[in-house]
Amino acid sequence: MTDIRIATPGRFGPYGGRYVPETLMGALEELARVYEDATRDPRFWAELDALLKDYVGRPTPVTETPRLGAEVGSGVVVLLKREDLNHTGAHKINNTLGQVLLARRMGKRRIIAETGAGQHGVATATVCARFALECVVYMGEADMRRQRLNVYRMELMGAKVVPVTSGTKTLKDATNEALRDWVTNVTTTHYIIGSVVGPDPFPRLVRDFQSVIGREARAQVLERYGRLPRTVVACVGGGSNAMGIFTAFLADSTVELVGVEAAGEGLASGHHAASLARGRPGVFHGSLSYLLQNADGQVQPAHSVSAGLDYPGVGPEHAYLKDSGRVLYEAVTDRQALDAFAALSRLEGILPALESAHAVAWVMARRGHWHADDVVLINLSGRGDKDVAMVAELTGAAL
Amino acid sequence: MSEHPIAARWRTLRAAGRRRAALIPYLTAGHPDPATSLAALQLVQAAGADFVEVGVPFSDPLADGPTIQRSTQAALDAGMTVPRVLELIGHAALGIPVVIMTYVNPVLAYGLERFVADAHAAGAAGLVLTDFPAGADPALEQLVLASPLALIRLIAPTTTPERLTRAVRGASGFLYLISRLGVTGARDRVPPDLAEHVARVRAASPLPLAVGFGISTPAQASATAQLADGVVVGSALVDALGSGGLPAAERLIKDLAAAVRGNGT
Repeated sequence: MTDIRIATPGRFGPYGGRYVPETLMGALEELARVYEDATRDPRFWAELDALLKDYVGRPTPVTETPRLGAEVGSGVVVLLKREDLNHTGAHKINNTLGQVLLARRMGKRRIIAETGAGQHGVATATVCARFALECVVYMGEADMRRQRLNVYRMELMGAKVVPVTSGTKTLKDATNEALRDWVTNVTTTHYIIGSVVGPDPFPRLVRDFQSVIGREARAQVLERYGRLPRTVVACVGGGSNAMGIFTAFLADSTVELVGVEAAGEGLASGHHAASLARGRPGVFHGSLSYLLQNADGQVQPAHSVSAGLDYPGVGPEHAYLKDSGRVLYEAVTDRQALDAFAALSRLEGILPALESAHAVAWVMARRGHWHADDVVLINLSGRGDKDVAMVAELTGAAL
Repeated sequence: MSEHPIAARWRTLRAAGRRRAALIPYLTAGHPDPATSLAALQLVQAAGADFVEVGVPFSDPLADGPTIQRSTQAALDAGMTVPRVLELIGHAALGIPVVIMTYVNPVLAYGLERFVADAHAAGAAGLVLTDFPAGADPALEQLVLASPLALIRLIAPTTTPERLTRAVRGASGFLYLISRLGVTGARDRVPPDLAEHVARVRAASPLPLAVGFGISTPAQASATAQLADGVVVGSALVDALGSGGLPAAERLIKDLAAAVRGNGT
């Protein structure tokens, strides 16, 4: 019998795989091998755990939100997993730290990354500064305009930010450019991909590094409330914060898991980033997954007010979890996300990233859905400071 | 069973007596516009090409440099689709073998089984998929292997010996050796380690060996032709066609043809 694992490496059902130029296959095989060795090496995890604790500030707290909870339903406990409190302000650093340790094991001294909102770029620049590695971040020109502060933060930490002017000038094109760089410099360079996307082993490796979110949150909720959450909610662009919190709960059949995509100007408008809701399976950036594409297989531009969700693809494990029915995928509009951004700021004194505001918005839209004492856990994947200027502009406030 | 058109072409080239490398130009279908693209396909045949690679445009060509990126975007803007590329190949009705080069997704969206059948009916003889390395998707691979299209495999400088063994298994038509790390696009020099890569691949397979990526001038083509059975020229031709039109493309092909045949510059 054929060994299916060798025949189809890194598959989630039919999804995933390694659809890349031949030039990259050696590097992907090496990365998979080095990762496997690392996962069996207790020293690797001890070093990563120590860095997560002392450098990142983990474990992040779980915060009860009484005023938001009251809006959602009487007696409903709404919790935020505070990834916004990580060093650099988002969950992204969980992954960049793990991958930089792998790069060191491979002896690679040059790091490249793509970034949308800039959070992954900042998290990559940060760990490169910490480990004295050369860092090049590809960022769409449109996103550089939207996220100027993050560009400057990366530069302060010694990274070179390369504007990407091709295609839609957003995350998808930044990823294309990062892959082109990797094809050119693969022998010296490690590509720290920022989400659970790309060719195998990236989707499983990024998931594993992010799954600390769910492991902590599950234990924190059980300890404090003595029961599991009724619902766990996370936003989904590529899907790394969602896989990070979902993974620990996949086997808990009573826990409803909800991924919230960006509906942009509305699913019917055609201007959205809801790959799972409106896409169909296709091969993009190295893996088979749901994809926004036209009838001819050309990738369609995504739209979201949130640069981090503005991506026409999605991680292959999400495609599998959608088809299997284990995770419910929903979508909320730009307007709903902006309203949730304002609401969480006003009600709880917490400015969420516009990405994370999508998860908050879905919970607010579901008011009345939960019973008293139900625990609803939202992954607050990042903080909203980076978005303040743009939100002010969109809402007509003068700064 | 009749001889495959690609194999037949290599046999003819080798029967020419003296050693003679094949010239394999690449053109993006629909670039700079569909009518010129059709004329360019006929022109490269008349000017001395032995095979032609026809690129099906894809919105996210991650293995291509700026020249091919621009050409595929122009073709998409001009309304090129997979069915129109197949129509174009049919209309061109070339006597030299046509190899279709593209990425997996446009072919998947069209339906791979339908694609190989329709491409063959349109007159195509081979298929190169840039993001479809050996072993990536055995089920799809089987569909191409069972079709009349030759599955042309890309081999990279980073291809490990284990992968090389696997890649040449099931390959047909010829092997396409990527001359260097990186994306497509003109470069100044032929890489110094090319001879070593060529020798390594030759030891693994008796198939003819074409070399591409970065070859743009007649001098580079001539140097590559000393080592390989075929020379692929893409970006330089696409550039010539885009900036100088059909006359510039014709001049370049004639110079390159003379160079690979050993009587050029």
